[in-house]
Amino acid sequence: MMDLVYTPDQEAFRAEVRAWLAAHVPKVPLASFDTAEGFAAHREWERTLASGNWGMVTWPESYGGRGCDLIQWLIFEEEYYRAGAPARVNQNGVFLLGPTLMEYGSEAQKARFLPAMASGEEIWAQGWSEPNAGSDMAAIRCQAIRDGDDYVINGQKIWSTRAVYADWVFGLFRTDPASERHHGLSKILVPLSAQGVTVRPIPQLNGLPGFAEIFFDDVRVSVDNRLGDEGAGWQIAMATAGFERGLMLRSPARFQQASRRLVSLYRQHHGDLMDPAVEDDVLRCYMDAEAYALSTYQTASRLLQGGSIGPEASCNKIFWSELDLRIHDTAMRILGARAEVEPSGSSDQEDLGTWLDGFLFAQSGPIYAGTNEIQRNIIAERVLGMPRR
Amino acid sequence: MNFTYSAEQIEFRDVLHALLQAEVGAERIRARWDTASGRDAALEAQLRDFGLYSLMFPESLDGLGLSVIDCALLAEVCGRAALPEPAVETMMVASPLLVDVLDRGLGNGSVQAVIEGVMSGDARVAVSHAINPHVNFVEDAHWVIAGVADAIYLLPRDKVEVTPLKSVDPSRRIAKIDFDPEEQYRLAEGEAAAAVLRSTLNRGALSVAAQLVGLSEVLVEQSVRYASDREQFGRAIGVNQAIKHHLADVAVQIEYARPVIARAAYTLSVSPERADIAVSHAKLAAARVGLLAARHGIQVHGAMGYTWECNVHIWSKRIWALVREWGDEGFHKNRLQQWLLQSNALLGPEFTFGRRSLLPDSRVSDPVSADTAA
Ligand SMILES: Cc1cc2nc3c(=O)[nH]c(=O)nc-3n(C[C@H](O)[C@H](O)[C@H](O)COP(=O)(O)OP(=O)(O)OC[C@H]3O[C@@H](n4cnc5c(N)ncnc54)[C@H](O)[C@@H]3O)c2cc1C
Repeated sequence: MMDLVYTPDQEAFRAEVRAWLAAHVPKVPLASFDTAEGFAAHREWERTLASGNWGMVTWPESYGGRGCDLIQWLIFEEEYYRAGAPARVNQNGVFLLGPTLMEYGSEAQKARFLPAMASGEEIWAQGWSEPNAGSDMAAIRCQAIRDGDDYVINGQKIWSTRAVYADWVFGLFRTDPASERHHGLSKILVPLSAQGVTVRPIPQLNGLPGFAEIFFDDVRVSVDNRLGDEGAGWQIAMATAGFERGLMLRSPARFQQASRRLVSLYRQHHGDLMDPAVEDDVLRCYMDAEAYALSTYQTASRLLQGGSIGPEASCNKIFWSELDLRIHDTAMRILGARAEVEPSGSSDQEDLGTWLDGFLFAQSGPIYAGTNEIQRNIIAERVLGMPRR
Repeated sequence: MNFTYSAEQIEFRDVLHALLQAEVGAERIRARWDTASGRDAALEAQLRDFGLYSLMFPESLDGLGLSVIDCALLAEVCGRAALPEPAVETMMVASPLLVDVLDRGLGNGSVQAVIEGVMSGDARVAVSHAINPHVNFVEDAHWVIAGVADAIYLLPRDKVEVTPLKSVDPSRRIAKIDFDPEEQYRLAEGEAAAAVLRSTLNRGALSVAAQLVGLSEVLVEQSVRYASDREQFGRAIGVNQAIKHHLADVAVQIEYARPVIARAAYTLSVSPERADIAVSHAKLAAARVGLLAARHGIQVHGAMGYTWECNVHIWSKRIWALVREWGDEGFHKNRLQQWLLQSNALLGPEFTFGRRSLLPDSRVSDPVSADTAA
């Protein structure tokens, strides 16, 4: 029976999270994790989180988690965004690689990597994209050739988020040089400190090196660093992409928090001479953020009852990324000509800089995790059953 | 916290869906466009036998005692079928209104008889509400429930003057009505009437929202089929991304309208008089999907979509009509906006399901129990 009321246990969990965050969230916002100083501060924050066992609440206790279910996970996220806690510098690890490891990793790999991931000791980057393999990821050429108990890696990855300061990268490599397309690929974990790895920062729209190119020049890693079977990389990568587009990476709380800020910005300026269409967009942002949350609760409830996430995760990706664009675009329109001002460090009353920052970042949402055009193709072909060619 | 339907709820919906799919095709819908009443008596009897007219009456009145949550699921499949009968209105609007009146100890001698008549299929009831300029299927109704600004009347049909109008949707039989507000027909007045009418509006809006989603989904399915069959440039038009993306856009909006409708249904079922925000949201989300589905559905069909012969207009015209029933976008957006502007409106991640119990301050207002009249 449908019952949209939290249980006393869930309420108690919320209270526990809220109290802990109130006591621990830094009072002054940390510098961007795309700077050396900010990255270190965010890593420190991950350690603090881990000290309270909050690193990844859905994981088993043995890996630094709390064995929480998905509803508790959503509650945790709601409180996390409510508290204005720092962005998760290890999101590639905890939200994407972590769940993949749980599903496909060996016991030894789980024990080796998960605790260090939950504690922020090892921060992860993702390496899928290559200069000639963007939307067409099956065009990957970067090779990992077996040599005894090692793989020898040669080639290049690009757009690897946070690789500039990260410790490890997980990605897809061609382990069968004769293979084509999505065959012969394997998922391999590589320390960025390994000999032969060169990381070249790429400044993003805001000028900070948020992603990087990674060059592999005869880089040796043990075959133990392969996740899953040799040649099974594509299927495993699709599972990770499912987490990325779906439930984990962009929890609804983030957009509900942003739309709450938007509404208060709007209230503050209500009465200004404003583009009349702004009002409509504010309503739309509020509604869509709620809709995303409701849909996520529905998915979580379904998963708890043994259901699974399918290609409809592609709907999520489109929905949240376009919502994020609309929220920030609307804020820019409310702020008018003031919106141009870059973040100054000293936070002013209207959060001018943070809106601009968010606006810039929102431009990338419809691109990363599979562009929205590709997601629309997936929905049309795999959900609606339209002809491919 | 459980945001799923029970297996029985889904099963019941599927039974109705199968029935409607077997019985209500485009041919049967078209067949009644030229008839005087626009009704299909045989189908109405089938719907009665299914129990559609008894669903929302409590077991104490010999009804099935189902909730708005069940009914919203059924309304969606009625929308799918583009069901011309005002069955959804009887089930989700007229019935609960009569129950509401009885529960408040109001009403007059006719209410009980009308309820029995509705369940047996002998009494057809049309509902007029101040929010709607027209009444649907009133001409050959037996009773008319009329909600005006400050009172509710239950009138025998012959006490109502009916001026028929033509709807863009030939399946609908709309009319303007006029009547003398005689006291003997009054069910409720003043605050009590206002409260009943307010939840009636919310139930009406929800019933429309659910139908809009069902209507939209069928337009997507029809368009997918057409785009897979129709060839141009030597291949199916559906291989083109412009066509794919038109339909994917509708699919995304449908995906995100459903949970919003479910939340509104839930809220109506637990506190019908405090569901304004959840319902307005549902109605607006569904209206947006509906209009997009109609537009893209027609576009994907090319000139064929602009004909009387092609069935697309059966579904798109229903959407165009329903989108403005029980409060148009202007009404619902204003209701939402007034609430959003209040400084005590609770929004944000921790309030998705309202948290009144935890909040000592009873003046706050959250999306599950917002009182926009306050
Ligand atoms: C902020 C950010 C962070 C990222 N982080 C990572 C990371 O950590 N690791 C990683 O591996 N990658 C990362 N990426 C890369 C991202 O996955 C790719 O940008 C994405 O897959 C698209 O590839 P591309 O940039 O080469 O664009 P292209 O594939 O060249 O596409 C360019 C345009 O053409 C369109 N297009 C291409 N093919 C089709 C088609 N078949 N149908 C319709 N339209 C098409 C695209 O939708 C897009 O609009 C990141 C990107 C961004 C912006």
